[in-house]
Amino acid sequence: MLIFECPYCGIHADETELSPGGEAHLKRFGPGASDEDFEGYLFMRENPKGVHFERWRHSNGCGKWFHAARCTMTLEVFGTYKAQTFEPPQEIKDKITAKRPGWSWRTFS
Amino acid sequence: MSETETASFPPFNGYVTVSKDASIGMITLRGALNSKGLGLAVGKSLPKERCILDAKDMQVAWMSPDELMVLCPKENVANLEADFQKSLGSQHALVSDVSDARAVFTLKGTNVREVVAKLAPVDMAPGHFGTGEMRRTRFGQIAAAFWMTADDEVKIICFRSVAQYMYQQLCVCAARGSELDLWT
Repeated sequence: MLIFECPYCGIHADETELSPGGEAHLKRFGPGASDEDFEGYLFMRENPKGVHFERWRHSNGCGKWFHAARCTMTLEVFGTYKAQTFEPPQEIKDKITAKRPGWSWRTFS
Repeated sequence: MSETETASFPPFNGYVTVSKDASIGMITLRGALNSKGLGLAVGKSLPKERCILDAKDMQVAWMSPDELMVLCPKENVANLEADFQKSLGSQHALVSDVSDARAVFTLKGTNVREVVAKLAPVDMAPGHFGTGEMRRTRFGQIAAAFWMTADDEVKIICFRSVAQYMYQQLCVCAARGSELDLWT
């Protein structure tokens, strides 16, 4: 079972206290965007074996959305960070690099 | 739903007693917790993260980074609410009487920790959870919050709409014969 530390209330919450929110760091393309961008925003998702970034919500707790970096293969959690950011903090990236040298995910590495 | 309205919650005497507490009033306060207005509203000191604090005539609990819950006797709710509105003035914040939207249950007995541990994914071992702490979590399949008023008493808050579910699962877990004697 996954256990994430909620960056807002500090609780080490297990999966049953959380709700999954899909892939992290999506850029929204709305009205006025090209069909291609809109399709990408709506449908195109990563499906990696390894490092992945996701959104989760501490729904049975403080109710806040946060980001999590984890490995889809080993279920190892690299860390969690707040939602008010466009990319993972350097500290999280460093932690991943230490364990998965040469990793990349979308435009991050 | 007449069924919900007429639902009754007779005190249950298992190895831990379960009873509904209709005397507690609740006010939700949302806003920037470090702002002057909120500080004024509930008194100088605000509870720390995940804590519940005894203040004058009320208890103040930290619910999330932008939310506090004030617990007080039901008859004081209207006055307190008006006081809060006054001290907040024009500051952007929410003050709402949620007493009727929630149900409060009291568990009493030496094994209360165990009954909570059966239902919630929380480490209830002595030393890991104690008085002064407010924990939002789930009980069975519903969201809830609880705190310990003493080492043998737990208060649990859940939505009124699921009070019957909460009452029933608490009674099942507190039934005699289901003791685990984990921490006694």
